[in-house]
Amino acid sequence: MDFNVINEYIPLYKNALLLTLKIGWQGILVSLFIGLIGSAILYFRIKILKTFIGIYIEIFRNTPLLVQLFFIYFALPKIGIVLSAEVCGTLGLGLLGGAYMIETIRSGLESIPVIQRESAASLGLNEMQSLWHVILPQAISVSVPGLLANVIFLLKETSVFSTISLMDLMFTAKDLIGMYAKTIEALFLLVVFYLIMLLPISILGTILERRMRYGQFGD
Amino acid sequence: MDSLGIDVLFKGTNFVRLLQGLWISVEISMISVAFSIVLGTVVGMFMTVRNRIVKIVLKTYLEIVRIMPQMVLLFIVYFGTTRVFQWDISAEAAAIFVFVFWGTAEMGDLVRGSIKSIPKIQFESAYALGMNKFQTYYYIIFPQTIRRLIPLSINLITRMIKTTSLVMMIGIVEVLKIAQQIVEANRNSSPNAAFGVFAVVFLLYFIVCWPISRFSVYLEKRWA
Repeated sequence: MDFNVINEYIPLYKNALLLTLKIGWQGILVSLFIGLIGSAILYFRIKILKTFIGIYIEIFRNTPLLVQLFFIYFALPKIGIVLSAEVCGTLGLGLLGGAYMIETIRSGLESIPVIQRESAASLGLNEMQSLWHVILPQAISVSVPGLLANVIFLLKETSVFSTISLMDLMFTAKDLIGMYAKTIEALFLLVVFYLIMLLPISILGTILERRMRYGQFGD
Repeated sequence: MDSLGIDVLFKGTNFVRLLQGLWISVEISMISVAFSIVLGTVVGMFMTVRNRIVKIVLKTYLEIVRIMPQMVLLFIVYFGTTRVFQWDISAEAAAIFVFVFWGTAEMGDLVRGSIKSIPKIQFESAYALGMNKFQTYYYIIFPQTIRRLIPLSINLITRMIKTTSLVMMIGIVEVLKIAQQIVEANRNSSPNAAFGVFAVVFLLYFIVCWPISRFSVYLEKRWA
């Protein structure tokens, strides 16, 4: 391994990491937004919208992100919808993640006993207030480990962005291998930078999960 | 505005080629799942062992698989190891190796979870009846875990199929790559073909994965 080469490459990877994090973060925000709206729709059993959400979940959970991105980036422009690569990445990640977030938040909502909802209603809270002030805060704490697992999953999935020519970590590594054939150095840095991005979140997830379990058993 | 590429699909053998490409993805994932289930069961059993070193090794393994994107693993095996060890492996072999590496960890974790969920008294009762470790697992524990495991491993198949779409990045010509080729070849005669062709690929993946994941949900509900 040539450390001069590694030193030379580090700034490139740093930029790539920032781009990956930027799009990853945007995509996760979109997916959380979709997740909240979608799970609220399922929670209130709103008729037609409920069916739509069901179809949306099935479609996006049963196709790979790579294919979704190809569709958004290469196919949609043909019917007049032209989006920049960055917007495509955010949208693709957000839509994929949304399908997973809805399920995670919904299972959190369902874990809250019905009596909570009834008690809230008997205190005069309307449905929306009871969801927002009573059910959701409890449900979120149940869902947190699942949500973090989704976050890791989504950040990992960002590796396919290189196919729509976003200069993310994967793209940088591929590019450097292709140009200078310093395969080992490029792959080494790729691994290191993914670790920098994901290890802290993974550790946080483990800690939270453990604390959650204490919470459940009353420690 | 001319056609959106549906005609291109039925030109010559285009559609058959797409299906062949899809079959390659399905084939790679089937082989990988088969290996993963066998190896994962063994790894899962080792995960319940109380030995410190075994625990640390397997934890590290699981964590690596959890954190590294499959694409990175593919690159490491296909470009990295071939460089370091100077050997020559086909892209298919590299892909299967990576998916088995990944699937074994996933499956192992599922097996560990389901063994852990069996009450301790089942083990103790079996030992009290004079069974040895092998007999206990074979006659008492596995039959109880299998119902929980089957739906989860079916789910793993769909995840494998979805992940195999990545293999085009190491040069395997599968459905997405063939779609790209078709679009490129018809660029002049049908410039909008990308829409139809990629929409069909999208649909094909859905048609393959959806029934499998429905089936797993059905089993899970029925056996729960």
